[in-house]
Amino acid sequence: MAEPMSQFCFRMAAIAGFAALFGLSACGPGLAPQGISDPFEKENRSTHALNLALDKNVIRPIALGATKIVPKPVVQGVSNFAGNLDLPGEVVNDVLQLRLGKAAHNTLRFAINTTVGIGGLFDPATPLGAPEKPTDFGETLAVWGVGEGEYLELPLYGPSTRRDALGKVVDIGLDPVRLLIPKNKAWIDTFAQVFAKIGDRGRYSETYDSILYDSADSYAQARLLYLEHRRHDLGQVTTDSEFEDPYAQQQ
Amino acid sequence: MRSNSKTELEVGTSQHLTRRAFGAGLVAGTGFLAFALPVRALTVEQAKALIDKAIGEVNATINSGRSEEQMFGDFERIFATYADVATIARSALGTASKTATPAQMATFTKAYQGYISRKYGRRFREFIGGKIEVTDAKPYKSYYEVVSTATLQGEAPFDLRWWVGDKSGRQLFFNIIIEGVNMLASERTEVGSILDKNGGDIDKLIAALNAV
Repeated sequence: MAEPMSQFCFRMAAIAGFAALFGLSACGPGLAPQGISDPFEKENRSTHALNLALDKNVIRPIALGATKIVPKPVVQGVSNFAGNLDLPGEVVNDVLQLRLGKAAHNTLRFAINTTVGIGGLFDPATPLGAPEKPTDFGETLAVWGVGEGEYLELPLYGPSTRRDALGKVVDIGLDPVRLLIPKNKAWIDTFAQVFAKIGDRGRYSETYDSILYDSADSYAQARLLYLEHRRHDLGQVTTDSEFEDPYAQQQ
Repeated sequence: MRSNSKTELEVGTSQHLTRRAFGAGLVAGTGFLAFALPVRALTVEQAKALIDKAIGEVNATINSGRSEEQMFGDFERIFATYADVATIARSALGTASKTATPAQMATFTKAYQGYISRKYGRRFREFIGGKIEVTDAKPYKSYYEVVSTATLQGEAPFDLRWWVGDKSGRQLFFNIIIEGVNMLASERTEVGSILDKNGGDIDKLIAALNAV
């Protein structure tokens, strides 16, 4: 039964080579990840505890206070403005994904909202037939065939995966808007993005609260919601037979 | 691809009797095609009609102006009418359902029905002024997927899918998918967490559900 060592090594090398080749050639969101890979659960849970404390003591009170004080149209305006500044980076990602139709869509959206929408404060593109079609470098990596990787909960930012966390870093580092505007104006972008995030926390407070504070295990619930929603956005339909056909387990 | 052919096969088999009753004089091969498709279309319509009706009742409740307590009762009645509560409850309980006694299962299912009506009922209040509309329905695996779009005031419309099957003997929905988030999976996680917190004791889990 004993295989000669050399033959075994050759076989493993062949498998590894084939896997590498396959990994590189695999394209499109065909790789549907299954289940949850969370080897860093212990570390993730401490980050989650930190995020919960931050939300409870700082972000949530600010967000709820702000939604009471700041008029809705202002919150909406800043949110539109921040979203508009994201568009050039999204167009770059669309191109990297070879989704040229989507790239044209987002370019048109940027052109309309920057001009007619007064620098992006308004969103006339949506009623004109060019609604939001967001993307990011995490999606680009997915299209290139990079797997989802382990689940990660990032400080302040929240649920992510190894691939999406890397994508986030690239999106921030290679954002065309940040590269093009003068250094001393970059704070406007940062301010708008943070303001928009806080606005979202206030606007969807019931949803956030139900997950973060009403769940028996908010870490597990947030992890599941993030992964399922993200996979859905990337067009990766997961088929978990247990939930596909709950009748099969009954006998 | 495989699942598609499986669906066709199952629809074909389940309609065997109907086909025999109607199929006098037809060659079996052509009869299969001729009848399987219209019959399936009819069932898609039934699945769609079921969800249409359920959504209609949810919309009516949301905009009824009744108190939250009264609405919870309405939601529970709607849930019990249109959903396969026993199957959803069993799935939520996961592997623990295999060790539970029949009496525990019955009590759990009842507690779970109230719990989920209150939990989702609270969230439905955010739908006031909005609407849910069925846009499509299609066969999917061994059941039907009814697609609806929820439009809330000032929000981008979002996708709400209902899985409808008749394996319980009646056409009932057994799962809801909101923008890719699967209710059965989310419920399994939640109920599992509550069970863990109660040291795996199903009776304590039931008490906890009743207290939510």
